[in-house]
Amino acid sequence: MNPANYLYLSAILFSLGAVGVLVRRNAIVMFMCVELMLNACNLAFVSFARINGNLDGQVIAFFVMVVAAAEVVVGLAIIMTIFRTRRSASVDEANLLKY
Amino acid sequence: MSGLIASIDQSGNTGEQIVFWICALVAVIGAVGMLVSRRAVHSALFIATTMISLAVLYVSLGAPFLGMAQIVVYTGAVMMLFLFVLMLVGVDSTESLVETLKGQRIAAILLSLGFGVLLFAAIGNVSVNLAVGIDGANAVDGGNVQGIAHLIFDRYLLAFEVTSALLITAALGAMMLAHRERHTPRKTQREQSQDRVRSGEPQNLPGPGVYALHNAVGTPALLPDGQPTDRSVPEPLRGVSAAVGVDHQDTLRVNTLAAGGAIIPVTQEDES
Repeated sequence: MNPANYLYLSAILFSLGAVGVLVRRNAIVMFMCVELMLNACNLAFVSFARINGNLDGQVIAFFVMVVAAAEVVVGLAIIMTIFRTRRSASVDEANLLKY
Repeated sequence: MSGLIASIDQSGNTGEQIVFWICALVAVIGAVGMLVSRRAVHSALFIATTMISLAVLYVSLGAPFLGMAQIVVYTGAVMMLFLFVLMLVGVDSTESLVETLKGQRIAAILLSLGFGVLLFAAIGNVSVNLAVGIDGANAVDGGNVQGIAHLIFDRYLLAFEVTSALLITAALGAMMLAHRERHTPRKTQREQSQDRVRSGEPQNLPGPGVYALHNAVGTPALLPDGQPTDRSVPEPLRGVSAAVGVDHQDTLRVNTLAAGGAIIPVTQEDES
């Protein structure tokens, strides 16, 4: 089948993730949308690897996965810290980072 | 329908096409469900569905190692971390639908739609039908995992080492951010009891009311003056107990008893 179909799917998922980051107010759901965008990029990398016939794309996707895991750990810790002081996970509440 | 059959015949790879269309549908449904569900837990479950179907797509794209890593890392570790934090932050916190910026939602959807159309046009422009295929690259080192290992520990060794530094930094950062510094010393038992006496109400809260017809924990107790008190009801049950209420007859009987009267009239037979 045409490998471009995978790229179309990845474009759809990326756009949906972008909508979520812009529209949702809950910080955790925004984080999930970022994860969705990263996953869409991974899908594009893996299908590029197949289109070009070498494994480099898969290795890059592997590194993206590692970086995403590190990012989730730090991001969720930040959300927990903000929640502790503000009692809310809404991004509208966190408009003053200092207090 | 005939076009679909023709395209299947042309590619000659029916199984992969079926897997692609099913998994693509599930992935998009999961992404849309994550967008529209108001509860964060539902969003987490939807995106886990999306990630699992993406893992199936990786396997069908000739990347079994990445497919397994996707399931282990994303649905196993990352989504569980998300759910843990959701449980800590409060599962039932539904977000408000009030727009803080006027028209932001419409603008965001339109922008992302335009972005998607742009991506589609770009892919449609550059994509070529002659794909090399991954099977040759997979076969060079004897398998997909061996090939990826060869690349990671040879050409991308430096990036791999830097990744380990990144992971250590992330773990340290998470520990530092989640650590809470205690600015005041912990209260001793003696100080706690002193605070309690000073608060003016050293005794326990009143227990639940016990009546002839109700003795549930949600029934408010009667104060000495016959008034029901809300403080005897546990906090989560307060709204519920208001609906149950206290039987007016019970209040009357308690008042009669308090005034020294008898509820059941004493008969001659009881005395003998």
